[in-house]
Amino acid sequence: MSADVVDEAVPPVTVIECPTRLDFSYTPGVAQSRFLRALERGEITGQRCPKCKKVYVPPRGACSMCGVATEEELVLSGKGTITTFCTTQIPSPGLVPPYVTAWIRLDGSDITSMFLIQECDPAEVRLGMRVEAVWVEEADRKADLGNISYFRPIDEPDAEYETYKDYV
Amino acid sequence: MRNFKRPVAIVASASFETPSEPSRNEVELLLPVIHDALGQVGLTQQDIGFTVSGSSDYLQGFPFAFVGALDAVGAWPPIRESHLEMDGAFALAEAVAVLQHGHVDTALVYAFARPSRGDLDRTLSIQLDPYSVAPLWPDARGLAGLQAQAMRDSGRFDSVPEVPPTHVADGCTAVVLAVGDRARELTKTPVWITGIDHRIEAPALGVRDLATSVSTRLAAESAGATDVDAAYLHVLYPHQELLLRDALGLNGQPVHSSAGPMMVGGLERIAAAAKAVAAGDARRAVAHATSGPCLQQNLVAVLDATAVLEGAAA
Ligand SMILES: [Zn+2]
Repeated sequence: MSADVVDEAVPPVTVIECPTRLDFSYTPGVAQSRFLRALERGEITGQRCPKCKKVYVPPRGACSMCGVATEEELVLSGKGTITTFCTTQIPSPGLVPPYVTAWIRLDGSDITSMFLIQECDPAEVRLGMRVEAVWVEEADRKADLGNISYFRPIDEPDAEYETYKDYV
Repeated sequence: MRNFKRPVAIVASASFETPSEPSRNEVELLLPVIHDALGQVGLTQQDIGFTVSGSSDYLQGFPFAFVGALDAVGAWPPIRESHLEMDGAFALAEAVAVLQHGHVDTALVYAFARPSRGDLDRTLSIQLDPYSVAPLWPDARGLAGLQAQAMRDSGRFDSVPEVPPTHVADGCTAVVLAVGDRARELTKTPVWITGIDHRIEAPALGVRDLATSVSTRLAAESAGATDVDAAYLHVLYPHQELLLRDALGLNGQPVHSSAGPMMVGGLERIAAAAKAVAAGDARRAVAHATSGPCLQQNLVAVLDATAVLEGAAA
């Protein structure tokens, strides 16, 4: 009897739907809260490791390399150097191709951060190019990295390769 | 597992617990606790042979959160590291096993969680069978209630306590382990792990007898949890203490139960037991940790002021 049941071809179930939703409140932490509050004021801040002296932007509250708390805070100029970039040829929400995304070593920091590069021809973008942050209007600023719309070139000579070679 | 070839001792530990941490993130919670534990025996991360942690990204709502937590130890130059999506007590069991290999003499074990940022009861539902159980969203307290009722129905217990709301707390624990003479160098009061083991039961709740804890009993037998004068039990709901007392054969010894932060509480019980033995408040203690719904997985460790003779493997 049971063999008949097993032999009978039962169509396999290939999909079931189990909607899952979990809500969390995200806590940036003490160090990143200070960073986000500074952005609200139109400032980019970093924190220096007391041991290896590296400056983290955004600050993480700890040096990943040394495993110690970072406490000394610095305000950066908002200028930096492109260390790596890519040009995207396909559309993305709110962006018209081709557009450039770059890793930027902000002056005074020892870690690169990713930003859009605008107000220039993508073909002009190069390693060592000097750029600055373009902020949203003061009235629209929030405690949010979105306060920096993008980076744009500035009228300065390209940085020497030696100054950013460890970040390429 | 007991009577290790290379005797392993707890040489330091530190813990932190709060009902709800408002501002510090996981790394900021961990940093002072890890530094405290290492500092007690004058070590830095570079003196540690093996690092292993227990935590759950589901509690943080952040993928690979356990990798981010490495900021709290400083993984440079690169370190030997491992992680379990389980209570830190199970990470400690891994560290004890790794220390038997003979390549390293010290280990750091840590656990961390901030479940106050989400809905712990609901989050724990997604560890259940994703096809037939999890879609019903039975919450953790509800499952504990089923277990308490199964205990009442069994007729084996005089009275079974009501199931209170699931304990929610944030915190972390760090434990430093060392082997043999290295442990004796580091502290005057090493606390030896003379046995440790863990057992898991079937995931389907319906096939288990929820009114007993066979996995705890088997882990305790394997770890040699006899002749103890204190017990440190990881108890998420009060009725579970009754099952654990039975499974461990406790008979009048002082029992210190707590839940602790999810993923941390078990390691914290081991650390608390070690502190009691180091302080002379107990000579030989049993520590327990649990994971999964209704005591699904259980770990038992035996902590002793005296090491079993080196090389006397059983
Ligand atoms: Zn550093």
